[in-house]
Amino acid sequence: MKKFLNNPKNFLKESLSGLGKAHQNLLQVHFDPTFVTRKSINSDKVILVSGGGSGHEPLHAGFIGHGMLDAACPGHVFTSPTPDQMMAAVDFCKPNKGALFIVKNYSGDVMNFEMAAEMTSYENATILVNDDAAVIDSSYTTGKRGVAGTVIVEKTVGSLAENGGDLKSCVDLGNEVNQRCSSIGVALSSCTIPEAGKPTFDIEDDQIEFGVGIHGEPGRRREQIRPAQTIVKDMIEAIIEDFKGKNLALSNNTELLMIVNGFGGTPISELYLIYENACEILSGYQLNVVRSLVGNYTTALDMEGASVTLCVLNDQIKNHWDTPVHTASLRWGA
Amino acid sequence: MEILKYIALIDQAINENESEIEGLDRAIGDGDHFINLKRGITAIHSMTDQLSTMTVNEQFKMIGMKVLSTVGGASGPLFATFFLEMGKHITDSKPSLKIIAEAFSKAVDGIKQRGKSDVGQKTMLDVLIPVAAKFEELASSNMSTQEIASDVNQFAIDCAHNTKDMLPTKGRSSGLGERALGHMDPGAKSCQVMISAVCQHIQGE
Repeated sequence: MKKFLNNPKNFLKESLSGLGKAHQNLLQVHFDPTFVTRKSINSDKVILVSGGGSGHEPLHAGFIGHGMLDAACPGHVFTSPTPDQMMAAVDFCKPNKGALFIVKNYSGDVMNFEMAAEMTSYENATILVNDDAAVIDSSYTTGKRGVAGTVIVEKTVGSLAENGGDLKSCVDLGNEVNQRCSSIGVALSSCTIPEAGKPTFDIEDDQIEFGVGIHGEPGRRREQIRPAQTIVKDMIEAIIEDFKGKNLALSNNTELLMIVNGFGGTPISELYLIYENACEILSGYQLNVVRSLVGNYTTALDMEGASVTLCVLNDQIKNHWDTPVHTASLRWGA
Repeated sequence: MEILKYIALIDQAINENESEIEGLDRAIGDGDHFINLKRGITAIHSMTDQLSTMTVNEQFKMIGMKVLSTVGGASGPLFATFFLEMGKHITDSKPSLKIIAEAFSKAVDGIKQRGKSDVGQKTMLDVLIPVAAKFEELASSNMSTQEIASDVNQFAIDCAHNTKDMLPTKGRSSGLGERALGHMDPGAKSCQVMISAVCQHIQGE
């Protein structure tokens, strides 16, 4: 393993301290317990608190700021944060209109946020994000995982909260956006947790993992590497299949937001190649991409690979996507 | 109850099984289970002085809160629930085996509710639930404590092995489907290691 690393145990603390210093006009980083908040808190809006294991940067702390999150609770790498972190973040923000937890659907995140929600004295609600099309949902599984669609939930609900939306309407919008998002990822390599020091999974040089999760956890199948066009075609088909399962009607008037998200080890140029191939395939379905985001937004440490997320827009969601946002990793109009 | 001694034994046993637990988690999980267990145990060790002056139920409660705030992941709230529930049901410093067995069952029930899971889903519960039932059954028999410890130890080992043939439907490996067949569940394995550490110590007493 080669990494920029001192003592692996201090990895998270050093990285978060750096984030705070690099964006000191936007962020405050708190330790013991660990949470990150906006520099200036507005307690009179719904307070959006997200969090999850570290290693997915810029998710979530990179999305704290005007028009998006108020606070984020980073756990250890790939390990959910603990309830005391969420409670401390809410206490610090002193929400007068309630706190909204945005949680990716992983059993650890769900349980830790659930315990925080039970123990905090503030009014609160939770949105569970589960946009991953790779996991075939059934009543027996933990269910679909939350992946890059989380960025769209955080951006749009953040916009509504910034513009005076109450807790109930924020929950409703978040659930609707989640329902309209579907993602699928492909890994070309494994990833290495700094503290563990060796790759999370083994994968041959000429193999890919189709349907990989953002912790390198396996997905649908292991297969031979092949031309990108054919991989992207399978990705888009998996998403369209997932939309069908959700009873989301697609027509030639459908407007889509597409995120091509890198997992941390894939060059931006390859992400744009995926975007190009995806647009060609979508035009075959007569579907229009009207908003886009290409880059590393929901990563899995140093994993090579990418995910594609499609969100079926409506006017409300499109408007909330377009409103000004000013965070460390997403900024427009402000 | 010598909780601090048991924690030390568990720590030693977890270390001895590091490569197996880590290997299983890398194969069908996400590779952080051992690190998380280790972080929890280290945090408990750091409170030894405080804990040594406390009553048994205070010890369980303090260990539970510490695990809740240091471990994280799925195992944090689950193990924390176990200790917090044990603390609710064991108030005597020298509880009978029957009381310990009942408390263990209730604590396992707490894990089941927190994780919204049950037996047969390839998780830690595939060791904990059958072991709790076995322990309760044996605790009300005429067997000696040593004999019970010996039986529970062997039974826990068998239960952990049985998870090899289970399809994962809960937890981090549930995306794997049939590819997880042939591997023991890492959470089931680590629970067995902890149970065995305590049982083997009692057997030798």
